[in-house]
Amino acid sequence: MEIDPFIFRFSIFILAIFVGYYVVWSVTPSLHTPLMSVTNAISSVIIVGAIIAALASSSGNIFETSNIFGFLAVILAAINIFGGFLVTQRMLQMYKKKKKDKK
Amino acid sequence: MISANLSAIFYLISGILFILALRGLSSPETSRQGNFFGVLGMTIAITVTFLTVGNFSTAINYVLLFLVIGGAIGAFIAFKIPMTAMPELVAGFHSLVGLAAVFVAISAFLNPQAFNLGSPGDIKLASLIEMSIGAAVGAITFSGSIIAFLKLRGIMSGSPITFIGQHFVNLALGISIFALIYYLCTTQSESFFWSMIVISFLIGILLIIPIGGADMPVVISMLNSYSGWAAAGIGFTLENTALIITGALVGSSGAILSYIMCKGMNRSFFSVILGGFGGDSTTGKKKKKDQKPVKSGNAEDAAFLLKNASSVIIVPGYGMAVAQAQHALREMVDALKKNDIKVSYAVHPVAGRMPGHMNVLLAEANVPYDEVFELDDINNDFANTDVAFVIGANDVTNPVAKTDPQSPIYGMPVLDVEKCKSVLFVKRSLSPGYAGVDNELFYRDNTLMLFADAKKMTEDIVKNI
Repeated sequence: MEIDPFIFRFSIFILAIFVGYYVVWSVTPSLHTPLMSVTNAISSVIIVGAIIAALASSSGNIFETSNIFGFLAVILAAINIFGGFLVTQRMLQMYKKKKKDKK
Repeated sequence: MISANLSAIFYLISGILFILALRGLSSPETSRQGNFFGVLGMTIAITVTFLTVGNFSTAINYVLLFLVIGGAIGAFIAFKIPMTAMPELVAGFHSLVGLAAVFVAISAFLNPQAFNLGSPGDIKLASLIEMSIGAAVGAITFSGSIIAFLKLRGIMSGSPITFIGQHFVNLALGISIFALIYYLCTTQSESFFWSMIVISFLIGILLIIPIGGADMPVVISMLNSYSGWAAAGIGFTLENTALIITGALVGSSGAILSYIMCKGMNRSFFSVILGGFGGDSTTGKKKKKDQKPVKSGNAEDAAFLLKNASSVIIVPGYGMAVAQAQHALREMVDALKKNDIKVSYAVHPVAGRMPGHMNVLLAEANVPYDEVFELDDINNDFANTDVAFVIGANDVTNPVAKTDPQSPIYGMPVLDVEKCKSVLFVKRSLSPGYAGVDNELFYRDNTLMLFADAKKMTEDIVKNI
């Protein structure tokens, strides 16, 4: 009997939840805001679906309704990817250690 | 054009890079490298997608154009946004993820061939369920985040909006979503799909309007979690490992943050979600304020106290963010350090409007992160400290949480500032905090109230040190 490929994906999903659980608990509380902005950025990997949707052409017309939704999703996800990663970077740049030399 | 197997491997790699991105956040030193892994993972995922589709028609020019436009907008926002506006920025970004998920689901529904899901009117059952879940959760994330954004931005009042039968309406709408998905699966009719999306938008709005300003840290974390589950739902539809892994990571991350925030307020997740807490509605019963004497002082008094202390703990709160007082505060601390006074910062988990809000603001003001402590690490130090300088915080210092089981904030972990020899409160007025509870600390002998704008008061103190 063959196993449905869905079960494989579901296994990955469940394992990833566990990985996420342990990884996120190890995040230091002072970096919780960057954690939110970076999870925001990576969840925009949904752009993968947006690109497929935008590039799909069944009729030769590249502006079918489904394509237009794809294009819109590309813009939204792109805002998030660039905005999310850059603002995270900007925040992380600010976290500095105490200077060792005491004046 | 690359094979499906090869692209699946690459998606797995980008999923792993995203895990490393989160792992990097375990300490500030490794965090920047983590962010780089995240960018790398995203770059791989996007590149592989282009190569897999391999359809280099004119459409690709538009995709690249939109990518650049979106990227430019995102970069512009990222560089312009002030750090104090971070909560609303994150809420805004969540709404975009949610809406993008809805759009991808719609697109997959209209043109299932592009995703190998069957043909219109004959979409595979599993795919239909997956895309419906993705679309519904995405829509809830979108409209909920918009409301959270408006509340945080102050465009909408932060006080809860409730009406009779609210929970019943929400429940009915929630059930109708499942009913619509069921009918959608049996009939494949477009109208069920659209109505399901519309109702989901509605639920998102109804879910967030009853939640008050002080509960926003939970709401933002929760919406963070939702945006992850939406992405995972779409990931199942597209059979894409990177999306499934990322969705699971983000989903559990948001859930953990919500849990930490709830614990920081000693409230159950459900009582937050059911809403109605905070804002103006709960203040009514606490009107029995019999004019207790309050000692208030000016900047000179405060400077005198601070200068003669040998150790000071700063307790920042949302008021510091509102007044943008973090830079002035740092100057004050610098002046104190010049006088050989030991200064540290105590941050309560729910201080501010989102997890880690205070830490970011202090980092922005160049406060070294190893001077900033979490509640559990510093709470024992208050007893050996001369002065607690509470700036814009209130409920998180209220000892009533330890003493009065009747109080709405009873059981909430609080900072023991009352154990210090003296306490300075920078506040605009005597008004209670978001929980609507009077803070008995205001009336103690060793408390000095400094009624002023946090930034102005701090600046004045600096002048007097």
